[in-house]
Amino acid sequence: MKENKGMTLIVKTVIKFLAPIVILFGIYMILHGHLTPGGGFPGGVVIASAFILLTLAYGKEVAEKKMKRSLASLLESTGALFFLILAVLGIFIGGWFFSNFLPKGEPLKLLSAGFIPLANIAIGLKVGGGIFAVFLALVIFRIAGEGGEEQK
Amino acid sequence: MNLLPLFIAIPLGTAFVVVLLGKTRETYSDILATIAALILAILPFILILTLDKGEVLVYNMGKWLPPQGINLVLDGLSRLMLIIINVVGFLAIVYSVSYMKKFTAKSKYYGLFMLMLTGMNGVVLTGDFFNLFVFAEIAAISSYALVAFGVEAEELEASFKYMVMGSIATILILFSIGLLYGLTGSLNMADVGRTIQGNGSTLLSFSMVLFLTGFGIKAAIIPFHAWLPDAHPSAPAPVSAMLSGVLIKALGVYALMRIFFNVFGFNLQVSWVFMILGLLSIFGGGLLALRQDDLKRLLAYSSISQMGFIILGLGCGNYWGILGALFHLLNHSCFKSLLFLNSGAVEYSVGTRKLNKMGGLSKVMPVTGATSTIASLSISGIPPFNGFWSKLFIIIGLVQANHFVLAVLAILASVLTLAYYLRMQRNTFFGKLKKELERIKEAPLSMCFSMIVLAVACVGLGIFFYPVMKVILEPAVEVLQEGIKYSSIILGG
Repeated sequence: MKENKGMTLIVKTVIKFLAPIVILFGIYMILHGHLTPGGGFPGGVVIASAFILLTLAYGKEVAEKKMKRSLASLLESTGALFFLILAVLGIFIGGWFFSNFLPKGEPLKLLSAGFIPLANIAIGLKVGGGIFAVFLALVIFRIAGEGGEEQK
Repeated sequence: MNLLPLFIAIPLGTAFVVVLLGKTRETYSDILATIAALILAILPFILILTLDKGEVLVYNMGKWLPPQGINLVLDGLSRLMLIIINVVGFLAIVYSVSYMKKFTAKSKYYGLFMLMLTGMNGVVLTGDFFNLFVFAEIAAISSYALVAFGVEAEELEASFKYMVMGSIATILILFSIGLLYGLTGSLNMADVGRTIQGNGSTLLSFSMVLFLTGFGIKAAIIPFHAWLPDAHPSAPAPVSAMLSGVLIKALGVYALMRIFFNVFGFNLQVSWVFMILGLLSIFGGGLLALRQDDLKRLLAYSSISQMGFIILGLGCGNYWGILGALFHLLNHSCFKSLLFLNSGAVEYSVGTRKLNKMGGLSKVMPVTGATSTIASLSISGIPPFNGFWSKLFIIIGLVQANHFVLAVLAILASVLTLAYYLRMQRNTFFGKLKKELERIKEAPLSMCFSMIVLAVACVGLGIFFYPVMKVILEPAVEVLQEGIKYSSIILGG
């Protein structure tokens, strides 16, 4: 790792070990959203923050390789659509918009609460993709602004 | 199958699919957005045909019963608002197909536009305070982005101002909802309405004041109007048409009506507050509009003035006043959207909005000129156009409530409206055609289509005001006149 971009070697090394764990924790929060504190939104934010850490430590170019901005917005739209499809399926299967049409299962088991885990996954995709896309958009805007000033 | 969730599901789904389509050819986004908007525009009429006049539909989301669950409520008032939102929305989308060609990222524009439709449809359908807040935010945030869609310095500044004012409104509304939740332990409008009857708590009055300010900012009534004259002219023309024609009504006036008539109950103090704010807006907006030399800015100030008429009519509180106010709301959405679309067509062809740089345009742009004249005559209240009837009803309402001074002032304000629209017409469409403007061409077909439909609506609503009044407006008036009986109608018993 001899790139000059990003922060020092110490930060880079820490992030290298930390980022996978942060992502794993985010996934845990999303999947256990119906059982423990957490859920789609905070889990998505945690996953997005892992990518934000990568961007801060290694610079924009490396992070872009891992997760492109177009991919982030694609995930965001897919998450929202998935959530809406779940809600609309409720009309056809359960009879009401947003009705919980899957079997409820046994409380406190991972596979329970009907379609809530699926909805959490959808929200996780939407929030994770959305927040990272917003972050990248802000970063790009700042760089563009600095470039403009240099031209003056 | 119940149609109510479709008003939220269709635009929401379209919004995300259209953004995903952004990478493919532009035509696909055009087609998808137009079809979705067309379906949405047809749905409210299906509801009118299939339901009885006074019938109220309650839809419990996910089979959760209120007050715990969120319910969608369709009564006369929501039906009127749904027609306005979705029909004007469809026409604005058709107009955008040609107009938005000069902007890049058309699919993102359609996405934001559809999100705005989702928000407004949600606001007028929901029966839950917090849900109302969330949908109002969806509509408001997408409208902030749409105002800044041109990303020029002026547009960004207007959008920022709009966003700051809008956020203040949001905070006040959220705070007020929190207060109500603390007092009643419920977020369902009908349930809150039932619980607070006979409760004279000071906190309740405070919450009313917060709602009035919050939704007053969204409706741009005069002490809270500062954002509108910047935001509405800066947006692309079809968005201005939606903002002025629909958004300030759905987010502002509708919410005020629903909360003050159906939840808190209408009383003398509220009536006077409405009438005084209405009168301030009428004259403030009108006098400021007289001096404008930017076409769209003039229209924006005129919106403030016309919103004043609506609030004034509501303030009367009697049958004719409310009928006039609701009719004016419907009419205003026709002619103000039309005028903004006209201004867009002028900007598209001529490239300027300054009144003193135009003149004689009806010779080269016959459709735009003719429709704009119809809209101007309607908004000034010339018979037999629709604006005449609604202003007449408001004045009848004021006379019946023995507010003779207010009635005379309203007539004077109507003359004021005529004055600034005559000035606008003379400077843009009549008079001598300037040499450099002789080679201007008429706007493209899809833009003309939207303008013609709205102009026909202006004339049609004026001539056939009686059936419209009976079928669409009277059920809505009934809802407002029933007042706090709303709770027992929704919750039963």
